[in-house]
Amino acid sequence: MSDLNKLSITDARDMLRAKEITAVELTTSCLEAVAAGDALNAFSAKTPDIALAQAKAADARLAKGDAPAMCGIPLGIKDLFCTRGVASQAASKILTGFKPEYESTVTTQLWNAGAVMLGKLNMDEFAMGSSNETSFYGPAVNPWRRAGEDTKLTPGGSSGGSAAAVAGDLCLAATGTDTGGSIRQPAAFTGITGVKPTYGRISRWGIIAFASSLDQAGPMTKTVRDAAIMLEAMSGHDPRDSTSVDLPVPNFEALLTGDIRGKKIGIPKEYHLDGMPDEIEALWAQGAQMLRDQGAEVVDVSLPHTKYALPTYYVLAPAEASSNLARYDGVRYGYRAKLKQGEGITEMYERTRAEGFGPEVQRRVMIGAYVLSAGFYDAYYRRAQRVRTLIKQDFDKVYAGGVDAILTPATPSAAFGLGEMADEDPVKMYLNDVFTVTVNLAGLPGVSVPAGLDRQGLPLGLQLIGRPWDEGDMLNIAYALENAAGFVSKPAKWW
Amino acid sequence: MSIDKETARRAAHLARIAVAEEDLDHLAKELSNILGFMEQLAEVDVDGVEPMTSVTPMRLKRRADVVTEGNMQDKILSNAPDAREGFFAVPKVVE
Repeated sequence: MSDLNKLSITDARDMLRAKEITAVELTTSCLEAVAAGDALNAFSAKTPDIALAQAKAADARLAKGDAPAMCGIPLGIKDLFCTRGVASQAASKILTGFKPEYESTVTTQLWNAGAVMLGKLNMDEFAMGSSNETSFYGPAVNPWRRAGEDTKLTPGGSSGGSAAAVAGDLCLAATGTDTGGSIRQPAAFTGITGVKPTYGRISRWGIIAFASSLDQAGPMTKTVRDAAIMLEAMSGHDPRDSTSVDLPVPNFEALLTGDIRGKKIGIPKEYHLDGMPDEIEALWAQGAQMLRDQGAEVVDVSLPHTKYALPTYYVLAPAEASSNLARYDGVRYGYRAKLKQGEGITEMYERTRAEGFGPEVQRRVMIGAYVLSAGFYDAYYRRAQRVRTLIKQDFDKVYAGGVDAILTPATPSAAFGLGEMADEDPVKMYLNDVFTVTVNLAGLPGVSVPAGLDRQGLPLGLQLIGRPWDEGDMLNIAYALENAAGFVSKPAKWW
Repeated sequence: MSIDKETARRAAHLARIAVAEEDLDHLAKELSNILGFMEQLAEVDVDGVEPMTSVTPMRLKRRADVVTEGNMQDKILSNAPDAREGFFAVPKVVE
């Protein structure tokens, strides 16, 4: 078995173009890693035949010199993306057997750029979860372990399969989606880079919807440069998504100069949480110092409505989900409950959804239906929409004050053990998103960069929040942080 | 505000999710906890604040009101649990 699966997109691209390796060799190496990686439970469907056919086509393009940066790069695709003829289930029983007749815009763009699909990746059911434990396929497992232990840890969620697959070198990079932190939290838990772009940067068409006003797809990669390359390939206006924005897509990689002299970095005081591990506080302070050392100016800022972000999110996201998930009724696709004699269409809906949705999805759909119901709409839903305006205004004011990016921890802890939160109140699990969810509510771009290890040897990430539509500048600051942090640790292979 | 058993039953019905009678008490407790978490929003002063309906200020694009993609009945029905004679099939709705 070769080690080509361990390459970054950047190195693989350069070696492919220099004819040092072929896309078929690279893909074969990844397919072997995927086949040997079942203990990670990262892949929900493997597509080796598609991968090899795409790799051969990529080699033909490379031979002709017609090779975009993603040409020949083997990727994993989160199960939330519809891929033609390949199971796309959002890790839910209710989409059992669903094989879309169409391809999402993001994956269409990636295949047009010559990328290779290794298969579909595990996730929390309908992207609702922070630990991958709500998946109908069972949880993906973090390639990282605590020093001297073999406790299985969560890779985070909802894009947990994507994070495990990239960190475990089963693929060069993966797609993720992020509604409240679902790219950035798993990236932090697995020591990789994850980008949630500005809302509207990437088309949502063909991505199974959770909360449409918050959902954005993004790249999950081994380096910031890889994220810049893949983000460009995923971005752009799509007439099929009315919220995708018609703005030119920059060459993000070209903006990675590493020069951040004079940049103003905000540190929001409200992100200092009671009871947060001192290691995370320390890492955050170190991250600020690294940016200062490179010529950035670090300033304290205030985002006063931060504490209301999670409750706002947990009104709005379930409300939108209850509407989006109304389509799973056992009629058009997926699972339908077996009816007993005399049962009619209402029983068909109610039993299909009771048997097809897992407990967390059921909870959120019911909460959503409740906060949208007559008598409660104003008290919950409309109030949350107003608080969302205030949360966005907090950021607007900070950016109007000349701040270029905001630095925060990515998560309030390192990866926790699978099952450790099982007996907790669901609200406890929601706290995982405390630093990331504000970014979705404000529609901003955010990136999680691996920055260090905790005492137990687990990766910790820092988050940079950028100005809207300025992913390029945000990634450049992330690149400077990555260079200074020098995070090169990899999990020891146990699987 | 806490949710009682009857309210939990109503939320489940609104969501078209069957919940067994014996599970309703537990469900009511879970939903109450989540709503309790949301109660914090009541302390925010939102007077005169517009509810956010679009995070990016933009005007929706318009297009001609014509069929852009169509004539794909087979594809649309291909994933149906039950399709007959070109239609989705469901249990009898009208007696």
